[in-house]
Amino acid sequence: MTLSPDDWEVIRLSLKVALVGVFLTLPVAFALAFILARWRFPGRIVLDALVHLPLVLPPVVTGWVLLILFGRTGPIGFWLDRFFGVTLMFRWTGAALAAAVMALPLMVRAMRLSIEAVDPRLEGAARTLGAGRWRTFATIVLPLSLPGVWAGLVLGFARSIGEFGATISFVSNIPGQTRTLPIAIYTALQLPDGEAHVARLAGVSVALSLGALVASEWLVRRQSGRAHVL
Amino acid sequence: MSFRVTVEKRLGEAEIAVSFRSDAGLTALFGPSGSGKTSILNMIAGLLTPDRGRIAVGGELLFGDGVDRPPEDRHAGYVFQDGRLFPHLKVRANLLYGARRGPGRLGLDEVVELLGLRSLLDRWPRTLSGGEAQRVAIGRALLSAPHFLLLDEPLASLDRARADEIMTMIERVRDELGLPILYVSHNRAEVDRLAARVVEISR
Repeated sequence: MTLSPDDWEVIRLSLKVALVGVFLTLPVAFALAFILARWRFPGRIVLDALVHLPLVLPPVVTGWVLLILFGRTGPIGFWLDRFFGVTLMFRWTGAALAAAVMALPLMVRAMRLSIEAVDPRLEGAARTLGAGRWRTFATIVLPLSLPGVWAGLVLGFARSIGEFGATISFVSNIPGQTRTLPIAIYTALQLPDGEAHVARLAGVSVALSLGALVASEWLVRRQSGRAHVL
Repeated sequence: MSFRVTVEKRLGEAEIAVSFRSDAGLTALFGPSGSGKTSILNMIAGLLTPDRGRIAVGGELLFGDGVDRPPEDRHAGYVFQDGRLFPHLKVRANLLYGARRGPGRLGLDEVVELLGLRSLLDRWPRTLSGGEAQRVAIGRALLSAPHFLLLDEPLASLDRARADEIMTMIERVRDELGLPILYVSHNRAEVDRLAARVVEISR
């Protein structure tokens, strides 16, 4: 089983899209997780629902919404293009955005659970010991919720690397720009005698997902020695 | 000058209303469980906001007359009933968590000596017995350069021998450091042994 230079290009692109998508989402997801876990405000349920939308919508619909918002004439895309000269359409950055949006709910859920598990009384103890709000957050809340951050990263990565529907309807299927692994597999399936090619790419896909899973197990195990056992 | 406390707070069905002043070294808040003793400590520490009242400790106004200092500016050495050691930090890091507030009257070595913590420094909190954890919690509070101490039933989870040991340490802290101490308990014997002044709280 050998991979062609084109296949390597697909793998490289998929990793780039998934990693950039996930790491850009990380701070946003953590902030949303924290807000949903700790703050009580009117509209919280609406925010919660919005965050979860990409999880329940058909991905193709999510991609279409992105197309409307970020297209060249869309309300966000227009301004991005005009003031920053940034276009997401048919670019790998658009694929990364689609991956990020699809990964967001899974990442928020994992992180939120772990933030909710942090005992607020420990934060009170830190405050009486002279730590302000920010130091309390950085030295107590953040380290104690790290297992959820790892879990969220891995889930988000796995979701991103498998992203198909939103990506193809938002940024289409452009070799070298938006043809990620699932889209390449789909393309190969359309060709006569593409079978062997599909099998090779599917193998890579399985290997990447398993790799992410093993990495997360390892991270959580390394963490659990200290982080989430009281 | 030690404690000047007048607070009112409604918590659900319960109404806490207490007023006391004490100039003793160690003042005990004595009363049955559920009488709001811990809530009073939380209000003094700044973790709970009174509906109204005035709190001054050692001549420093902490709450009232338009003042409401955040917990980190109250310099309370608060020893919680359940220890509340940080589970992700070893004993040494727990002890030093509040120490960056500036030099207190005691350094790490002295506190370690006073409370017999030498052999515990590199342990994780979850490996400590109840008595060990409570000693670390007391040490952590002492090292945060406190202006006063709040001790919430520090002996509740301990067996008799351990309790006696900790009580001896509290007596040493009381006599050697001269910090105002507010000590919450529902145990008459403890209170009689330690306190020069007792404030009784009824339900």
